[in-house]
Parts: sequence; structure tokens; C-alpha cells
Amino acid sequence: MANPMKIRAAVQGDVTDVRVLMAHDMETGLRKDSSGSPIPAHFIQLVTVKHNGKDVFSAQWGTAIAKNPFVAFKFKGGKAGDKIQVNWVDNTGDTRTDETTIR
Amino acid sequence: MKTLKALVAMCGLLIAANASAQSAVSEEFQKFRSIMEEDNPAELFEAIGEEYWYTKAGPRNASLEACDLGLGPGVIKGAYAQMPRYFADVDQIMDAETRIVHCMETLQGFSHEEVTKQPFSNDKGTPNHVSVLTYVASQSKGMPIALPQSHPKEREAYAVGKEMFNYRAGPYDFSCATCHGTEGKRIRMQDLPNLTTRDGAAKSVLGWPGYRITGGRMLTLQWRMNDCFRQQRFPQPKYVSEAVSVLLTYMGVTANGTMYTGPGIKR
Repeated sequence: MANPMKIRAAVQGDVTDVRVLMAHDMETGLRKDSSGSPIPAHFIQLVTVKHNGKDVFSAQWGTAIAKNPFVAFKFKGGKAGDKIQVNWVDNTGDTRTDETTIR
Repeated sequence: MKTLKALVAMCGLLIAANASAQSAVSEEFQKFRSIMEEDNPAELFEAIGEEYWYTKAGPRNASLEACDLGLGPGVIKGAYAQMPRYFADVDQIMDAETRIVHCMETLQGFSHEEVTKQPFSNDKGTPNHVSVLTYVASQSKGMPIALPQSHPKEREAYAVGKEMFNYRAGPYDFSCATCHGTEGKRIRMQDLPNLTTRDGAAKSVLGWPGYRITGGRMLTLQWRMNDCFRQQRFPQPKYVSEAVSVLLTYMGVTANGTMYTGPGIKR
């Protein structure tokens, strides 16, 4: 089971600053464990961020993203109290969605 | 004579240049750390630890809510910055990590072997007590380090810890003080704090527990102390040994009065 994300969203003027910290192993598939057998690839492939149900950010990720990834971006049009929903899907089909409101 | 003077002057310049290059590199490391600290993945472990604190688990199906961290059952705020301290119920000095392990045994009914079978974070994951410790530590963010020294056992722990810190032994005839007893020492590019001074000792408390970027692991002071013993080629202490609590008491008391900044990030 995937662990929760930490999401922060704060509005200043008309620009909302979103910061997301995700808990994920992001294994490349190229590493070996202590017994020498390869650790299977396990990484986030798709990240989607919705603002009040409407897409404001999406990204396709690969194995070059570090463990426990951090994403920050800004968008226009958010207001305090609006909902920010972040979703990721990884290569094993595992997914997690977390939500916060804009401060 | 003239050439000798010039040579001496040149040597002086070279040394000065070397020293400023050294501090410039340290500054770059410092900048890197402060950028990373803004979004420290330690927060992910805080969240897991917080959830575990309130979750019923173990043979007794109990949460850790009644755990006494020295300020009364269930009081977390500021507890980490005041540990290690004396606990009357066990009549010994315990650091935060030892106390959390103790609570998991006494409240939740886990056996000592069960809780400590994986003491530190590794490839297999982060043990619950490490996440709980990270949560507890986060609740002392911005508070002054204030280890009590009122109980005789606490004063004894400080004295014994100081002795351990200065005790030279092992194949290299090393003590903690060999590396951490004077100003301006370093290993490769790492500046070594002088742990016998207040500001130096603060560096041994600050940033722990810490998220190490290499490997993406949450590591604790107990782990760090074990690593110190390993580097000195000493036998490593048993997990949550009182010896480690006592050593942490010496360093913590020396750092008293400085600000604890919460879980940190390591390179």
C-alpha cells in the first residue's frame, strides 16, 4: 500500500504555489539487492494535479526521478479554499490520490 | 634571506587560499542543505509516525497515546528536546528512541526481540519506531534543547558520557574526542564539529533524526552513534544500549540552550 503524500498549496495574488512530496521507491530496475538479484523496476509513470476537478498539471515520469520525489509548480486562477487533488500511477498499476485545500 | 621571506609569504598566501576554498565548499554544502530542507522527505516519515502513534497495534492492541516521554503520558510537544532524561519507572536514563521502543514493549506488548529485530532503516524499509521517533522529534521543532540535570542519575550520565567521549581504545587508539575534541578538523570535505563546545555539540543534536538522501533512508541518533563506534573500530553497542543514551546525555547537555530545528536532511 502506498503511503500518503504531503501537499501544500498557497495562493499569493493570483498565483498558486503547489508543492508535493510523494512517498515512492522509484526503483530503476538496474539495481541489485544484497544477494545479487535485480530489484524490479518500480516507478511513477503519470502524475496529474487537478484544481477543482480541472487538470492544471500533468507529467510523464521515468526512472530518472529520485526516490521520494518532490514536485513544485505554480498556476494562475486558484483561490483560497479551492481543492487541489494530486494523483500518481506507477508502472505496477498502483495508484494514490491525495487532496488538500489552497491556503 | 629575501627569497626565504618571499617563500614564507607565498606559503602563507597558499594556506590562506586553501582555507578560503575550503570554507567556500562548506558554504555550498550549506546552501544545498537549506534548499533541500524546505521540502524534506522526513515529513513523509513524520506522517507515518503520527498515524502509528494513534493506531492500535501489537498483542495488546494498544496505541502509543499513553506513552510517557518524560513530560507526562501522551505529551509529545517539546519532549524530544528534553531527552535523554531519567525515567523513574525503569530507574534509568533513556533517550527518545529507547523510550519509544520501551513504550512499544510495555504498552503494545511487543517483545524486545520483535521491536528490535530491525533496529535501523534499510532496503527493506523503515521500522515503525523510527517513523514514530521522527514524528516525536518534529513536535520539538523550534524549541530550545533543555536536557534536565536535576536527578543524580542524570548528572551521573553526563559524567559517564563525558568519560566515554574521551576514552581512548580500540586498534586505532581512538576516542570520540580524537576527531570531535578540537576546532577546525575535517574528514575529506566534512567539517567536524567540536562537540566539547556548546555550538559544536548543537550540531550533534540538530538535524537528527535525519533523512539521508543517499539511499533515501530515515536515520536516527542511535544509528549515528553506532556508526561512530564502527568508525573507531570499537565493538558496536547493542541497540538501545544505555551506553548510547549516556553518551547522548553528555552531548545533549553540552548543547543545552540552543534551538532544535526538527528532523533534518543529510547528503
